[in-house]
Amino acid sequence: MAVATKAKSQTAKQPTKLKPQKISGAEIVYRSLEREGVKYVFGHPGAILLTVLDLFLKRSKIKHLLIRHEQCAAHMAEGYARASGEVGVCLTTSGPGATNLITGITDAYMDSIPIVCFTGQVATSMVGNDAFQEADIVGMTRTITKHNYLVKSTDDLAETIQEAFYIARTGRPGPVLVDLPKDVLLGDGNYQLPEKVDLRGYKPTTKGHPRQIQRVAEAIEKSKQPLLYVGGGAIHAEAHSEIVKLAETAEIPVTYTLLGAGAFPSAHELSLGMLGMHGTAYANYATMECDLLIAVGARFDDRVTGKVSEFATRAKIIHIDIDPTAIGKNKKADIPVVGDARQVLVEVNKLIKPQTRPLWKKRIQNLRTEYPLTFDSPDGAPIKPQEAIVALSEEVGDKAIITTEVGQHQMWAAQFYNFTFPRQFISSGGLGTMGFGFPAAIGVALARPDKLAIDIAGDGSFQMVMQEIATAVQYEIPVKVFLLNNATLGMVRQWQDLFMDRRFSEVDFESSPDYVKLAEAFGASGRRIVDKEEIRPAIQEMINTPGPFILDVIVDPDELVFPMVPAGGATKDMIVRDSRKKILQGKLSALPDN
Amino acid sequence: MELNGSQIMIEELKAAGIEMAFGIPGGAIMPFYDELLKADFPHILTRHEQGAAHMADGYARVSGKVAIVVTTSGPGATNLITGLANAQMDSVPLVAITGQVATNMIGTDAFQEADVYGCSIPVTKFNWLIKDVNEIQHVTREAIRVATTGRPGPVLIDFPKDIQITNAVYTPRESAESPLPAPREYPELDTEGIDKLLAAIERAERPVIIGGAGIIKSGASAELAEFAKAADIPVINTLLGLGGFPGTDELFLGMPGMHGTAYANFALCECDLLINLGARFDDRVTGKVSSFCPKATIAHVDIDDAEIDKRVHTHIPILGNVRDVLIALNEHLKPGDYDEWRQTWTDWKENYPLQYDWDGSIKPQYVIDQIQEITEGNGIYVTGVGQHQMWAAQFIRFNEPKTWVTSGGLGTMGFGLPAAIGAKFARPEKEVWLIDGDGSFAMTLVELATAATYNVPVKVAILNNAYLGMVRQWQELFFEKRYSHSHYPENPDFGTIAEGYGVKGINITDVNEVRNSLDTAAEHDGPVVLNFLVNKEENVWPMVPAGAGNDEMQLAPPSREAKS
Amino acid sequence: MRQVYSILVNNHAGVLSHVAGLFTRRGYNIESIAAGPTEDTTITRIVIVAIGEENELHQIAKQLRKLYDVREVEQISYNQAVTRELVLATIKAPLSRRSEVIQLANAFGAQVINMTDDTVTLEASGNDHKVRTLLKAFEGYGISQMARTGMISLPYDGMPEDWEPIA
Repeated sequence: MAVATKAKSQTAKQPTKLKPQKISGAEIVYRSLEREGVKYVFGHPGAILLTVLDLFLKRSKIKHLLIRHEQCAAHMAEGYARASGEVGVCLTTSGPGATNLITGITDAYMDSIPIVCFTGQVATSMVGNDAFQEADIVGMTRTITKHNYLVKSTDDLAETIQEAFYIARTGRPGPVLVDLPKDVLLGDGNYQLPEKVDLRGYKPTTKGHPRQIQRVAEAIEKSKQPLLYVGGGAIHAEAHSEIVKLAETAEIPVTYTLLGAGAFPSAHELSLGMLGMHGTAYANYATMECDLLIAVGARFDDRVTGKVSEFATRAKIIHIDIDPTAIGKNKKADIPVVGDARQVLVEVNKLIKPQTRPLWKKRIQNLRTEYPLTFDSPDGAPIKPQEAIVALSEEVGDKAIITTEVGQHQMWAAQFYNFTFPRQFISSGGLGTMGFGFPAAIGVALARPDKLAIDIAGDGSFQMVMQEIATAVQYEIPVKVFLLNNATLGMVRQWQDLFMDRRFSEVDFESSPDYVKLAEAFGASGRRIVDKEEIRPAIQEMINTPGPFILDVIVDPDELVFPMVPAGGATKDMIVRDSRKKILQGKLSALPDN
Repeated sequence: MELNGSQIMIEELKAAGIEMAFGIPGGAIMPFYDELLKADFPHILTRHEQGAAHMADGYARVSGKVAIVVTTSGPGATNLITGLANAQMDSVPLVAITGQVATNMIGTDAFQEADVYGCSIPVTKFNWLIKDVNEIQHVTREAIRVATTGRPGPVLIDFPKDIQITNAVYTPRESAESPLPAPREYPELDTEGIDKLLAAIERAERPVIIGGAGIIKSGASAELAEFAKAADIPVINTLLGLGGFPGTDELFLGMPGMHGTAYANFALCECDLLINLGARFDDRVTGKVSSFCPKATIAHVDIDDAEIDKRVHTHIPILGNVRDVLIALNEHLKPGDYDEWRQTWTDWKENYPLQYDWDGSIKPQYVIDQIQEITEGNGIYVTGVGQHQMWAAQFIRFNEPKTWVTSGGLGTMGFGLPAAIGAKFARPEKEVWLIDGDGSFAMTLVELATAATYNVPVKVAILNNAYLGMVRQWQELFFEKRYSHSHYPENPDFGTIAEGYGVKGINITDVNEVRNSLDTAAEHDGPVVLNFLVNKEENVWPMVPAGAGNDEMQLAPPSREAKS
Repeated sequence: MRQVYSILVNNHAGVLSHVAGLFTRRGYNIESIAAGPTEDTTITRIVIVAIGEENELHQIAKQLRKLYDVREVEQISYNQAVTRELVLATIKAPLSRRSEVIQLANAFGAQVINMTDDTVTLEASGNDHKVRTLLKAFEGYGISQMARTGMISLPYDGMPEDWEPIA
């Protein structure tokens, strides 16, 4: 291994016009947050942070929320960032305060969410001594942050924070961690900033190459059966209106990933809904039949492609992504375009001529009729989770921003809720973090007070983070939990049901809490329903009751999510409907890869 | 015999005598769970993976045995990190088995993939990513050996899904082999160092013993008692060493450091010989190093070479297992007699006892005192982190080792409830009391569902002051009472929350109900949550401000000190 | 103070992360690090040069020994081991000064490996002292690019304890 250096670096930063002034590290942190336009900080104090916290009390520009568990601070920051597009911020103490953030940071990393996490650290002289509440958070987060810093001098603090925000929000967004030793916060340093952040080795490409854009336009024109495949990147880049324009002008059907939901209206006649493991059958069949697949800010995740060698085999692949490493990582791209999704599509749209594709449209229509997204709900049966979501969608529609936890309910929400605008659906995609949705909804409620923040939850997930009801109550944040309660870890149970001869190992909760009582004990409100007839009145009650509300919907635990492409299987192996008892025998005895 | 990877690992775990698992299943660990079910391996399904780690931690601290923690990949694994860091800081053995995406998917940012191997390097004693089914047997054995021998600690095995279902030929361990695959990793007895220490003891006029977690982990309590009594040397126990020496013994000086007893800190400042047995001179114990034991020759016995001389310069270093060293010391020890010194520290004990005021409100110390009274020091005591933890350390008088479960090094709020559940699984015959604060308790209260499901009769006493009390105390003392973000003005009703989980819950607001409610809890057959609405602004005294020397200890609030 | 550690570790994936992770976690400063195979394929030798106070340097060795994959840690002093480092450096050398630069390179036994109108790229190896002197000598001309391998080291074989090499 070699250590290469460029001798005599010539990049001394230009001094700023601001007069250098010595102020305390804590003051620098506060001012930096102000300068970055931060409105909310989600945190939990500890001795090391007291100097910073003191400033939040003395001034009022930035609101600090004292949460109950640091994991949720990160998820709230994520929820805030996902709903607003701005950088979410959390601030926790050293040691356990920092390690408790790790799940949230990893979650943000997997879904490319801009958050900046500040963690306290023991004094620089104590680092490495196993001091009280010391943890090597920089070492632990090296592979799960876009970048991280241990600040060693108060003089570096202002510039580091500026860089942290810059890195978090530019390019492919992601989490950045800044570790703040106690002495750096206590000491005095210069609040001095370069006029412009200029980082060697970090220069994201945002403008697509004109030649590639030309090729994209030509390929679209030539294609008979094109398909747009839209991911979370389209939402980060605010590319939704360009996508609608492209789809409508060139008559291209659109399917989206879990994280892309909302980038294209679900009910649009060109929308195929979500694709992938639990995507619609018609979206998945369309990927098999298309001759041109235009991926916009999507990363060909295994939950989308299934067996990647059999994914979209007839199609030429266009891949538009801001992150060059995402292109060609899982699937080879015929026309790679590195750039910001919106900027690239603006250019593409300039070149596109109106086109119609009646045959392709007809074919899609047939697939849609033949393999609709459905469920059975016989009279007298327990409430089906799908019908509860349909009811919710019809009752609140575009008044709400939906977050979810992880599991079956998440898939049903993505399938059955009618999304109309970007950032309306907020879910943990890559990491699949149970316990994400509720704290994220709190962040959402703060970011978008004009909308109703509803967490469509499963009971296994919600139980992980229920303590945060206290936070919602304390700050009077009106989040609503739409709890699809089947008293089991439903998705795990589904796999055990399908692939393990119904050996239900450690998934059923033998006793469930009384959620209504819990809601009340926390100072919130709640209602429990078991009958179908109650669904809509209960939803009305939920949205009309001020403050946090938990609607405990008792649903059928035996309901499974379909369609389903077994993990590692190809799209053609998709199980379309719940006729498992007959079809599955023999065919799917092998265990999925992942 | 041909078995799949999951079966091989389970066979090895059983062969090593592991009897308990805590965890939550998920996609990438499902085959392993399927085999756990078939093998009828005892498993506790928790509500959050952090809880699973702390349960295994509590289980290990009380039983001395190691348990496994099983989680899925991605968030399941990252949720463990705090629990691992906590076990690492306090040297608690724990084996984490995390599912991972299939080997051909690693590095592709697959669904629920996280670089757990990389993340857990700083917080484990060692970790493995299994890439071949033929490694499982070796790795599992090594993992258990590394976790339990030498200075114990957590280990992690990252177990990709495809390897869990790959078959391989398995040769079971010979029954004649010891259940633990390797001999003890203890260094040879340092007889030279021991002789030096014996000579120093003879020369000393004011010797003091400080016993750390090493006493408990090496099982040296009896040897310590013999040594201290024969040599007539008073004993201080660090936070993690509590229980290593009987709390009621006249030679016992309590806990040192930031919130230690006055007499322990006086003794440290005045002693001319400090015998450190398995404690690591943590910053919360030493205060400012330059004024730590300024007059003393320092002897340090530790199993971990890297601890010796790390922060405090040691004159007599002895690398070794504390128990082995104590046995050797006891063999050669001449009975000691330090009358003058004994008089000095006895006077200190009399003149500067631990105390608290009475004002009609529920004083947190009083609740702890009452718990001590009804259990007579024979229970198992578990805490969260904060003021209540310090009060419990001060006011409980432990009769035996491994009855005190607290998060020392990492100071993990939320450790208490899951650790208490784990402790109860380890020793069901003991009464387990969790003394917790409202801030700590709220962090992991979801595990009440676990206590309810398995009917684990832990007794929870929440000392609820609606503050993060320790933070508030610092703000009161150092920030002119500006209580920035340490206050919970609308705290939940923990009694009713307990009921919501199906656990008996009682709110106590009157000091006269304290004893009754404790008795009710003790008699109740099942988990109980007692929510004591205690005096909100009570502070922990004595206190050595962070970064100050132990000689700068404040005994009581400045106002009161002035009066006396 | 500077200290050279020669560390023998089990040769498998992740071991470098453990060693490097220890240095960052404990706040130790690495000046250079070099790793490569040894005569035994199951073992890798990592040579690290670290900077710190005496007590800290001692602590580093102890902490390294605690790592599961570390088989042996030697703290090497310069007179008990042979140490070498390879340097590649591009020197600014306009035609007018090219011969001077080459002459100076010859004096250090450095090889010329590339030449352009205004630069000369050199390859040199030597112990710490030689490398430093060489770089100092060329500083005046301007070094436009440089790569160093970091130090590698082997103990002298069969050397009597009291033997002192001539510098």
